[in-house]
Amino acid sequence: MRTRNPNVLGGVLGFAWLLVIMVPIYYIVITSIRPREDYFSSNPLSLPSEFTLEPFRYVLENDFLRYFTNSVIVTVVTVVAVVVSSLMASYVIVRSRTRMARFSQRLFLMGIAIPLQATIIPIYYLIVQLGLYDTLWALILPSVAFAIPITVLILTNFLRDVPKELYESMTVDGASDMQMFRRLVLPLAKPAIVTVGIYDALQVWNGFLFPLVLTQSSEMRVLPLSLWAYQGEFTTNIPAVLAAVMLSALPILVLYIAGRRQLISGLTAGFSK
Amino acid sequence: MLAPALAFFGVFALLPLAGVVVLSFFAWDGLGTPSFAGLDAWVAVFQNPVTLNAMKLTFLMTALSFVVQFPLSLLLGTFMAGHQRYREAFSVLYFLPLLFSAAATGIAFKALLDPNFGLSRAFNADFLKQDWLGSPNLAFYTLIMVISWSFVPFHSLLYQAGVRQIPKSMYEAATLDGAGRTRQFFNVTLPQLKYTIVTSSTLMLVGSLTYFDLIFILTGGGPGNATRVLPLDMYLTGFRSYQMGPASVIAVILIVVGLLLSLGLNKVSGADKMESQMEGA
Repeated sequence: MRTRNPNVLGGVLGFAWLLVIMVPIYYIVITSIRPREDYFSSNPLSLPSEFTLEPFRYVLENDFLRYFTNSVIVTVVTVVAVVVSSLMASYVIVRSRTRMARFSQRLFLMGIAIPLQATIIPIYYLIVQLGLYDTLWALILPSVAFAIPITVLILTNFLRDVPKELYESMTVDGASDMQMFRRLVLPLAKPAIVTVGIYDALQVWNGFLFPLVLTQSSEMRVLPLSLWAYQGEFTTNIPAVLAAVMLSALPILVLYIAGRRQLISGLTAGFSK
Repeated sequence: MLAPALAFFGVFALLPLAGVVVLSFFAWDGLGTPSFAGLDAWVAVFQNPVTLNAMKLTFLMTALSFVVQFPLSLLLGTFMAGHQRYREAFSVLYFLPLLFSAAATGIAFKALLDPNFGLSRAFNADFLKQDWLGSPNLAFYTLIMVISWSFVPFHSLLYQAGVRQIPKSMYEAATLDGAGRTRQFFNVTLPQLKYTIVTSSTLMLVGSLTYFDLIFILTGGGPGNATRVLPLDMYLTGFRSYQMGPASVIAVILIVVGLLLSLGLNKVSGADKMESQMEGA
């Protein structure tokens, strides 16, 4: 697609965008290793007079690991619940011709088109009534519900491509639904499960509104909310705040380095097909 | 096997969806028991200058962030689709903003844009010495820049994937016909990207209706009400002023506009897939 003369204009635009992207990233990195005293006196984009890991130590001493653990718990439980329930539902939607299956499919499709965060007020009411306010369950349950529509859509699109003959041959062999599910659907759908799992995990990991409204105590605080809290507490220690920002991005950075392709397909799940 | 998914979705998505409509006809302070109030909240919302201003700001933000993000994402996606080594290296770095949550991005930019210790001190340039987030005239546009920094990487990934799916033979044919780079872009790339454009634009437009976390952290709706867009207005009305009735009315408006926008864009495009705006992408 490229003609022989180099695309100078494209190169210039590409380089300009690189600068726009990299200056804030550079700033985050450089500030997180800057001594606290240095922050107030030096040029914010200059290299620090000396490198220090003190901001990281400070954040780790201020309950960072607890917030990190909370985020891991909420993310893992949510993703497992979403993927298991959505995979079962997708299997029924693809395989069964009942009215219930078709109705469910339409229901989930509608769920995709609605900005569900706008239902935060009744969710708050519901969570309070259930006695779950300020627990991790308050974050998990609605997150599962919100993730189901898109997860079902992606998994049904995938399962539809499985040749009918495969299901039929197993039915002939007398396999039950559960056996078919375990021995055929689960192994076949693995790549789609990884993609959609990453997608759901990122949504939950980065979520801010639910924790803001549905939790209160620092025992139940998850990472995005902790960043906000640090910012309020460490007003004179910006290097520590940015060290927390760095730490919160670390798991995703590891994922990006270890499995760039999977992360990108997870991020753009269902949108780039 | 349908039961678990239906149960979760029913209780924590459909029920609240119905609930928000019901609550828009009630008066409730968030603590006691809601009491029926008829159309009071609706009347109050449409007479409240703050909310009316929030509607205007939301419309402006949706339009402006589209105008900035759409051409940037399209051009960058096309750029990233090239297989030259420097472009692939650039693409690896272009991804980096996606490592950060909206909360992390907001906090980083808040420090970077600080009028005393941030960018204003980095270079000896007068135009950088601004109170980017504290000036009522500037804050709104600063937000659009941060939003673009944060979301363009995602959309350019969509375009990159879209461009890479265009058959090479179409470009070869265009080259044989003597079409230069610009003509190829407009006659081959752009028409072939139709579905990507619809998907990405839907996500952008409906997503900008629901921008919350970034704005909440960067400005909290201020200075004054200069950046108080609808989602923020809903949150502040409900959880800061404890007026859940009017807040529910705002929520219903957001839901209806979002639904109409995504259904409308689907109709226009003739695409059979409904796309999501849940991500606020």
